[in-house]
Amino acid sequence: MRRYNIRMAGVGGQGVVTASHVLSNGVILSGGESTIVPFFGSEKRMAPVESYVRIAENQLYEIGEILYPNFIAIFHSQVITHGKSYTMPFYSGLKDDSAILINAHHPLPLSDDEKRELCEKRARVYYLPAMQIALKHAGTEVATNMAMLGALCAIIGVPDLASLEKAVGERFLGKGFVASGGTASLDKAMEKQFTHKFELVQKNMEAIHAAYDFAVQHGWAQAHSKESDLACIK
Amino acid sequence: MEKHAKQRVVSPEYMFFEAPRTRHFITGSEAASEAVRRANLDIAIAYPITPQSETMQRVGDLFGEGFLKDYYRAEDEIGAFSAISGASRTGVRCLTASSGPGLMRGLEVIASWPGHRLPLVFLIMCRVINAPLSIQPDNLELAYMLNTGSVLFHAENQQDFFDYTLASFIISEKCEVTLPVSVAVDGFFVTHARGWVEMPSAELKLPGRDCYNEAVPMIDNENPPIRIARDAPIQKSNFISYQMHAAWQQEIHAAQERSRRWITRYMGGLLEITNPDAETIIIASGSAVSQSREALRQAQDMGHQVGLIKIKSLRPFPVQELRQACQHAKRIIVPEFNCVGWLNREVRATLYGHTEAEIADGPRVYGGITMPTEMILEWLLDAEKGGQ
Repeated sequence: MRRYNIRMAGVGGQGVVTASHVLSNGVILSGGESTIVPFFGSEKRMAPVESYVRIAENQLYEIGEILYPNFIAIFHSQVITHGKSYTMPFYSGLKDDSAILINAHHPLPLSDDEKRELCEKRARVYYLPAMQIALKHAGTEVATNMAMLGALCAIIGVPDLASLEKAVGERFLGKGFVASGGTASLDKAMEKQFTHKFELVQKNMEAIHAAYDFAVQHGWAQAHSKESDLACIK
Repeated sequence: MEKHAKQRVVSPEYMFFEAPRTRHFITGSEAASEAVRRANLDIAIAYPITPQSETMQRVGDLFGEGFLKDYYRAEDEIGAFSAISGASRTGVRCLTASSGPGLMRGLEVIASWPGHRLPLVFLIMCRVINAPLSIQPDNLELAYMLNTGSVLFHAENQQDFFDYTLASFIISEKCEVTLPVSVAVDGFFVTHARGWVEMPSAELKLPGRDCYNEAVPMIDNENPPIRIARDAPIQKSNFISYQMHAAWQQEIHAAQERSRRWITRYMGGLLEITNPDAETIIIASGSAVSQSREALRQAQDMGHQVGLIKIKSLRPFPVQELRQACQHAKRIIVPEFNCVGWLNREVRATLYGHTEAEIADGPRVYGGITMPTEMILEWLLDAEKGGQ
């Protein structure tokens, strides 16, 4: 298993932190090691949120924010267009030869400097219509975070979808997950929308699968380039 | 029957070293509350503040489940720390906790605990104390804690937070110690992040506090409440009060010294050394140790030999151990999560005249951001090249 330092950025209400928990737990269920650190200010909708996921084969020691990621997932275009980010520009600290996954149905207008720097870093930028996928397959834009997870999973190759499904199940069907008050009340509302929690998990998995397939069909999964574990060091 | 009544009392030795442990992937807040579950705690009083709140909220749940005899939210930190003083004087096992600004608000009371020889455990979830306001884990507040007279540990991760907390109750209540023990962790990085923690069964608990075997008599019908009331002359400015203050303060210092053997016994020493033969050494405490472990791994991958000394106990400070460990050192760096470099000062004061090593004045990060391993590596490689 390769080493990944993943920075996820989005806005309040999107489930960035939830997605990072599910990803991290999925990696652990698949036999790897992973840790997460959530990062946000006051809990309110549309305020900047970041979450950091470390993935490794063996024991992980480091903690805290990931300042030098080798994968960035942007859950909301406003992270880039409105600067709703703790780390400006959105790719700051990105290691060379790394990937950026952005939730947007068309490429965002980046400045010439941004384009140049991304080019210099040999960054691979993928635009995923995650919200559209969520609406189509889960029937709610709240599953956008799950679509992001599906594509992320396809690009980095971990965890396997079975482990991810188990992690989604644990998240919504329970296993001592510590949620904030805001997240808990959102969960309740979502449960009402779906008659059964089981159905909620099912719909989430459909969004994950659809985004996974989208990424594979667009050739993102094969795009492993020269990047290596050393990218974490240098 | 209450759940705690079903727990089996085991010796500290059995709880810490012999009881079979199972591995759990939990947050630091969960680890601390799991330690409390097994601690045979009587009372917890605190006032909420991020990032401490989650732990004490969980301790409240434990009260609800019947593991504690009493638990409440005080009116503020001065109230919480004063009330826990009173609780400790009655001879029951006590816990309180705070973070950054809350700790600073209650510092007056915290600094009074050791003089009253109050066994209790104080959990510190470090947070920025200076303006501008922030909730991030800068650990500058520990610079203030160093001189309160409290025993002070700095936990690196979730496992440490569990182990140190559990051991602290026992060390705090040892007759020759009879002092508050503070267990600090860097907030969020440890409290709100998950890590692997090995824990003995929740069906076990430590023996309760043996208050009649401590240095200071507890309040009961025979003993007048609190020592200060009994020793009235100390409140006056006269030569008797000077003598008594001198005696008390030396007593606190001596009690801290006497805690060394229990820290060694229950926590495996005041420090921990990785690669003892290396000439380039990182000295760190708290989550800076975790960052250093990763930097060390990267340095080794690049062919550099680097040592790591983790300071577990800040008070008492591992003076002799550190001098011994740094005898052959040529270069030392001290990564820290605060702007004043309080650990750097401790290291310099300890090693002055005992080492030829060059001690770098850093690296440090401010405001509660994490220290990138890249930063430690950079300082290490600069040190290797011969100078900062």
